[in-house]
Amino acid sequence: MKALLWRDLRLAVRAGGGFGLALAFFLILCTLVPFGVGPEGGTLARIAPGILWVGALLSCLLSLDRIFALDHEDGSLDLLATAPLPLEGVVAIKALAHWLVTGLPLVIFAPVLGLLLHLPGPAYPWLVLSLALGTPALSVLGAFGAAVTVGLRRGGLLLSLLVLPLYVPTLIFGAEAVRRGAIGADPGTPLLFLAAITLAVLALMPFASAAALRVNLR
Amino acid sequence: MSLLAVRDLAVARGGLRLVEALDFALAPGQALVLRGPNGLGKTTLLRTLAGLQRPVAGEVICDPDTLAYAGHADGLKPALSVAENLGFWSAVFGGAPVGPALAAMNLTELAARPAHMLSAGQKRRLGLARLAVTGRAVWLLDEPTVSLDAASVGLFAAMLRGHLGQGGAAVIATHIDLGLPEARLLDLTPYRAMPGRQADRPAGFNEAFA
Repeated sequence: MKALLWRDLRLAVRAGGGFGLALAFFLILCTLVPFGVGPEGGTLARIAPGILWVGALLSCLLSLDRIFALDHEDGSLDLLATAPLPLEGVVAIKALAHWLVTGLPLVIFAPVLGLLLHLPGPAYPWLVLSLALGTPALSVLGAFGAAVTVGLRRGGLLLSLLVLPLYVPTLIFGAEAVRRGAIGADPGTPLLFLAAITLAVLALMPFASAAALRVNLR
Repeated sequence: MSLLAVRDLAVARGGLRLVEALDFALAPGQALVLRGPNGLGKTTLLRTLAGLQRPVAGEVICDPDTLAYAGHADGLKPALSVAENLGFWSAVFGGAPVGPALAAMNLTELAARPAHMLSAGQKRRLGLARLAVTGRAVWLLDEPTVSLDAASVGLFAAMLRGHLGQGGAAVIATHIDLGLPEARLLDLTPYRAMPGRQADRPAGFNEAFA
């Protein structure tokens, strides 16, 4: 398991691994928004929580198809399926590696981008906390989508269509927590819902993903 | 006491029965060479033995933790070096040392080279060296000698013989002579599934949608 995590992290930071791609996309997206809606601080501050969360969602989506597609192409997935690791564990580890490479940098750099979007001061801790609670769910749900579409040529688009609706609850509660933080209301309830969604998804999705992988490997 | 036994096995690919009524058993030290024309079902049979797909009928009797599968693809990561690739599989399969495996396939000098710089034959040798670090008893090999030169085929045959000598077993689908006189030959052609028999024994759920 640890070897698999190390391998995935090492592959991500080597040439062509795509590390930082999601972060760069997030940065571009958040820079483009002020150009699109105009520079008035009031408007930006009101939409900032939603933009930041949608941006995080889309950046996460960018690298999802790599979770299993590359391993499927070079045959590693067949070999992993016959290895002593349980396939559920393989899925969980690969989702964790995806989160460490994609989700964690988003969590860390989101406050900087919040500055670009005039996010009100009190919202910053809630932005970081909500992203930290919510992005693991994005990676695990994404791994499920990747497991369902593995082996399909150009499965990336289908993957986005499958996964984005599953992201809706996380988006709603994540953005709501930040919005409440911004206006000084109590963000506790949406944060609890966010955490509950993440926990449920963490507990269930590895099994669903492993089942989907087994079907696709046949 | 057999490492791997197959009883009345039938395998299918995409709902189409390929090989059926297959019976054999492998004892420690034995190798079985599968022969047959392209498309007969050798790969499907090996994938079924490896547990990657389910048999349509019959059973495969073995401990899944004794099987090591090597398919057409080598499972190499181009960005990792030869030693890193092999080290990963060694760690996954319980940490056997990679040095002897590299030496067995004459890869020691290439250990630090990234896998994307290897030739097709060198990649294959690395893929085969992986078998040595799995520490598993039954090797399921799908055309292991593709893109190997004569010297490397010799290296591989020596590694295989060493494995059999230590009480291992192997099922090998190949079209060439590996120089293993002790291996049993199994021509799959007589086991080709008869189209007429499909009706009374459906190949599986998928056939309903075929």
